[in-house]
This record gives sequence, structure tokens and C-alpha cells, in this order.
Amino acid sequence: MLRPAARHVVRFAKAEALPVTREILEAQGLPEEDALAPRLRTLLDGGIAAYSALVEPRAVCEELSYARFSSVLEPLAIPDEDLVVGHVYPRAQALALFVATLGEAIPARIGRLFGDDALAEAWMLDAVASAGADLLAERLADRFAETLAERGSADLRVLPYSPGYCGWPTEGQRPLFDALRPEEIGVTLNDSCLMSPLKSVSGVLVAGDGETHRFRPDFQFCSECRTRECGRRLAWALGRG
Amino acid sequence: MELLEKIASALQQGDEQQVGALTTEAVGAGLPAGDVLRSGLLAGMSVVGEQFRLREIFLPDVLLAARAMYAGLAVLKPRLAQEGIALRGKVVIGSVKGDLHDIGKNLVSILLKGAGFEVIDLGHDVAPEAFVEAAVRERAPLIGMSALLTTTMPRMREVVDLVRQRGLAGQVRTIVGGAPVSADFAREIGADGYACDAAAAVERVKALLGAA
Repeated sequence: MLRPAARHVVRFAKAEALPVTREILEAQGLPEEDALAPRLRTLLDGGIAAYSALVEPRAVCEELSYARFSSVLEPLAIPDEDLVVGHVYPRAQALALFVATLGEAIPARIGRLFGDDALAEAWMLDAVASAGADLLAERLADRFAETLAERGSADLRVLPYSPGYCGWPTEGQRPLFDALRPEEIGVTLNDSCLMSPLKSVSGVLVAGDGETHRFRPDFQFCSECRTRECGRRLAWALGRG
Repeated sequence: MELLEKIASALQQGDEQQVGALTTEAVGAGLPAGDVLRSGLLAGMSVVGEQFRLREIFLPDVLLAARAMYAGLAVLKPRLAQEGIALRGKVVIGSVKGDLHDIGKNLVSILLKGAGFEVIDLGHDVAPEAFVEAAVRERAPLIGMSALLTTTMPRMREVVDLVRQRGLAGQVRTIVGGAPVSADFAREIGADGYACDAAAAVERVKALLGAA
């Protein structure tokens, strides 16, 4: 394990949190940009403009030891081997907890748009923001990789793993929040362990070589998963994506 | 083109202002509100739903049409009440406790409204008791549940079990959906229905409520 970096708040430029148009469209099953009908193009442009004006991207991040991350998982009383993240983290070269958010203004706007029956506009802004939240986690992973490279560990593949996915229950956010205290950037948990603002993402950044992220997708919950996002992530980690 | 056909056509184009204006014109011309609803708004939305099911149009197209539908419904609702015409049925819907993903649920809600159902949308992170209490309070014969996470799917079973425990089985039916949810899972937990997507959800709700 490398020398850990202290907890710190990360500020992003708005442009860093702006997802590429192709990913926004793909996530909605829409055609490519040049084949988009004019009224959908107008919606897309409006969604991106609203997002760009409202996004306030920020995060808090802290590198931690295996033992400390183990203590974050421990309250769940789930054996490590029953979780993807539990399977992966012992092979990591470095770990960092994170919580990132796009801020309160975007979810508030989405809520208002739905309330005003501006359904398509609300939907498009939500789609842009969902892609933006995922991008923010990727940006954090990139920054963590850069930090590790500066410390002499080049070519590490950093992937975020989040509660709510791959067997890690949403209740796992409670000990994660206790450890990281992200209230400083305005993110809190409700009684159901859901984050507010809504367009926030939390988890652990796992840094290692490509093989660090490999696992057999035969956990019990894998049979219920339709996204198979893990395949794309592993391909990227192995340099094939 | 007949006025009702014009309403249906404008709705398919997602032209909110035109639908509102044409609906007002139809009511002003003395057409029964029930006819305007069925042969104008619902007919147009039915075409939109079918086009979406066949992947001929995209989700935002459906949403634009839905908003146009709402514009027409806003004109019609007082008349429908006067004529004693009820909507197709009432559905309580929500994303289960612990799940904040409500876009899929919102889409089902929008399409159900577009198909003429009254929707009581409880939002996301909805406790099992809240689903059942809303169904009882609203006298809704159907509870629709959505989950995007494998980790929150078990909450659906809790709702189905609670319906049984309260002696409401048969009176209040349940339907489940969401990315990780399958027909097998729905059977396993004893839900009355499962839908693989929003368009299928509308058809399944119609079948469950005998409103086809």
C-alpha cells in the first residue's frame, strides 16, 4: 500500500462535469446526434444548457488502508467473498473513499419541471445529469490515478465501486458516510441511506492493475443483473475497452 | 380532417398548444367530453404508445405527447366530471424503499395517465406501509412498484406480503418492474404482474384491471 493521502475536498470546473453528447443519447436509446429529429435536438440543447448553468460539481475524497476500508464494510455483516468490492479490494494497490455531487440546483430544477408537466425537458435534464454524475466519479478516478502516478505508481487502473451495486447494499452508505463525513460538500443521507442531493455518487476508488478488477460474474445477484456493466468496466481495466 | 382526428394528430406531434386549443374548440362545439377523451386524446396517445412499443419513436417523443395530452385533459376534466365519466381506474405507484431511481417509474406513470388511468404517484424511497396505506386510502385496486437496484428488490416482496397480511389480496393487486426485476422474480414473490418496460406495464395494468 502506498502512503495514503489525507481527506480533501475536490472542486471541478463545470466543463469537467459535462458529459459528451453521445453518452447522453446512448443512455436514452436515442439515435446519434446527426440523426436526431429537430425537436429532440432542441430538447437536448436545452438540457445541456440548463445542466451547464446549474451544475456545481464537487467531491470529497480520502485515501485509506485495507483495514480501514474493511471496517467500512464490516457493519454490513456480509462476508467479503459475497461482494464484488469485497472480492476486489484486497488486491488493490490503493483505495480511496469518495462522495461526489452535482449540487442541489439540478435535482431541484428537475423536480420543478416534472411538477410543471414539462416532462420531456425534465427527462432530458435528468439524463444529462445522470451521465454527469457518472462522469464525476470517473473524473475522480482519473485524479486518483494521477496522484498515484506522481507517487511512482504509473499505469494503475482506477475504478469506482458504489453501494447499491454488485451486492453492496445501500445501507453500506452509512459507515461510508461516517468515515468520510461528506456533509462539508452538502451531501447527506436520509433514513433509507439515500443521498441528498439526488445527483450524487459515493463509493470507493480501487486502484490496481487490470487484473485487480477481474471477478467471475457468478454471484447470486449477478443472475438478476441486466446491465452487465461489469463487462465494459473490466474490458477498460484490461485495456481492451 | 374531423376535429377529433385533428386532436389525435396534434397529440402525436406533441403540439401542446394545438391540443389545448382544439380540445377547447371541441368542447365549445358541444361534443361530449367522453367522446373527445376517447376518440381524440386517448386515440392519439394509443398511437403514440404503439409507435413507442415498436420503437418507431423515442421516449422524449412520448413525453412531448404526454404533455400535450395533459393540456387536453385540463380542458376536459371539469366536463368529464359533469358527465359522470370516470377515468379507467386508479393506480398507486412508486419506487420501493431504499431506491431513489424514479425515472422508469415516472415513465410508467406518464404512460398510464396517457392511457386514461388516474395515477397516485408516491415518488421514490416508498416504505411498504405507505404503498398499502395509499391503496386503501385512495381505494386503488393496483399497486405498481419499481426498483432499479438488486439490493432494493426484496422490498417488493415486503409490499406483496403486507397486502396479504392486511387481507387485501384479490382487492389490491400488485405489479412490479425495473431493470433487475424479472417475471420469475415476480412469480417468486407472489406479485400479480410483471412488466419488462413501460409500454408493457400499461398493457399489463389494463389486463389486471380489466380495462383493456
